[in-house]
Amino acid sequence: MSELNDAQNALLEIISGIKKGHHPGGAINIRANGQLAERHVSENINITSKTDKPGIDIWIKSTCQGESCYIPVVMDESGMVDVVYNDFHVEDGADVTIVAGCGIHNCGNSDSQHDGIHRFFIGNNAHVKYVENHYGSGDGNGKRILNPVTEIHAGEKCIVEMEMVQIKGVDSTIRKTSSFIGKNSKLLIRERLMTHGHQTAISEYLTELNGEGSSADVVSRSVAKDDSYQKYISNIVGNAPCAGHTECDAILMDNARVIAVPELDAANIDASLVHEAAIGKIAGDQIIKLRTLGLTEEEAENAIIDGFLK
Amino acid sequence: MLELKNIIFDVTGDDKKKKRIIDDVSLKLDENKFYVITGPNGSGKSTLAKLIMGIETPTSGNILLNGQDITGLDITERAKLGISFALQQPVRFKGIQVLDLLKMAAKNNESFKDKALSTGEACEYLSAVGLCAREYINREVNSSLSGGELKRIEIATVLARGTKVTLFDEPEAGIDLWSFQNLISVFEDMRKSIRGTVVIISHQERILNIADEIILLADGKIKKIGKKEDMLIDILGAGVASGAFCGKIQPTDKDKGAC
Repeated sequence: MSELNDAQNALLEIISGIKKGHHPGGAINIRANGQLAERHVSENINITSKTDKPGIDIWIKSTCQGESCYIPVVMDESGMVDVVYNDFHVEDGADVTIVAGCGIHNCGNSDSQHDGIHRFFIGNNAHVKYVENHYGSGDGNGKRILNPVTEIHAGEKCIVEMEMVQIKGVDSTIRKTSSFIGKNSKLLIRERLMTHGHQTAISEYLTELNGEGSSADVVSRSVAKDDSYQKYISNIVGNAPCAGHTECDAILMDNARVIAVPELDAANIDASLVHEAAIGKIAGDQIIKLRTLGLTEEEAENAIIDGFLK
Repeated sequence: MLELKNIIFDVTGDDKKKKRIIDDVSLKLDENKFYVITGPNGSGKSTLAKLIMGIETPTSGNILLNGQDITGLDITERAKLGISFALQQPVRFKGIQVLDLLKMAAKNNESFKDKALSTGEACEYLSAVGLCAREYINREVNSSLSGGELKRIEIATVLARGTKVTLFDEPEAGIDLWSFQNLISVFEDMRKSIRGTVVIISHQERILNIADEIILLADGKIKKIGKKEDMLIDILGAGVASGAFCGKIQPTDKDKGAC
């Protein structure tokens, strides 16, 4: 294990809220530049390193009720490619909040890349809240690349909440999220994304509602600035009597481009699936309203974006 | 005091022809008075309010606020000088909560100088417009709110500004009868504790009744201006009341009441 440097500590606080030297409680596993930097386990959450590939197994017991688990990744070494495999094993009835995410600081001229491959195996009656923040900083020419892959297997009567946030500084991202939802279980996905400069962000969601009474709500809110590019693909498959909803809301600015591709596949007569997509620039009357409150045009624009991505 | 001097506003139509919307309007609006601007549809009422707020720029003429010529100032500058405007069609914002909007509104209010509006103070503004503060303070100003709810939130933001000049563009438009009763109470209360100049554009007799002075606009010109008592006889006597003045309430909203 190694001490975090100042740049890594700054990234850690941005993506997870953990301040230098402060233990937030619950279980914690910090990965810095591809190495384990800090680990604490708790009575209800155990973390073990994988032996066949980089990554960890997180074991969440039924007795875990309202506890948190932090697994942030920080990188400040230019030119590094880090691939990590994390598996979450959530026992029946557990209630856990998982705070993940990756911060990359790249001041060099080589690309830095982190690909986190996360799999969730969730037992019956469990409640999982997963929060993932992605952030990039540094003024080098090297790109900051994040390609997260998430796979969710939810049992019966579960609630799975996924909050995926990427607000700043990631040059390229391809996010792939697949969910397989069991009987009477509920999946909520909230993606918030902002791209600027020449950044590209592609999000692909596949949600299979396999159990009777299962439901999913997959919503993306994004802002695309400058010359950035976003593509949102969301496919909901209804294999049972179920309810699914997917929505893409995007604010378009400057020369940016946003593509929304919803796909609904109802394979059961009692599957009820809905999609919505709205892409457009900030409405002129919204700017006027905030200016009548005394905000400048720029302040009004920022207030609208901040509210939209809140 | 707000003064309009020889305001002319022309637009060019699709047929490339110039059309005069406001035709040489001059007005003096005193402090601590409640004015209602009324007149038939298309008479230029809303345009006049937009010209005062700076949303539109006059073709010629001048607008003065307490002696300062503000004709060349933009919306933000006028807002900072002390003009507020409640829009006829309130705007929706995805993600922005009622509290956020009230805090933005109160930012230049001298009563809250050097400190942000507290939640308790924000709740008082919501209560003043007949909304249950607890229920609304954290709501998003989005399409989940009805027209009547939005209208009252719009008025609360204007109250939170506490400015010298407050303009309301057809506050009764798009709200149901129940909300209208509430709205009248809000304006009646405002009338009692008036500070500054309040200008309401309205077709509603009950709002006309609250006015100190009524300005009757027709074809972009001031047809008549005077005290409420004199003007109401003229307006209602002219038989306009049964048509343009009472046909604006749209019973479409499903408002929730105050608690």
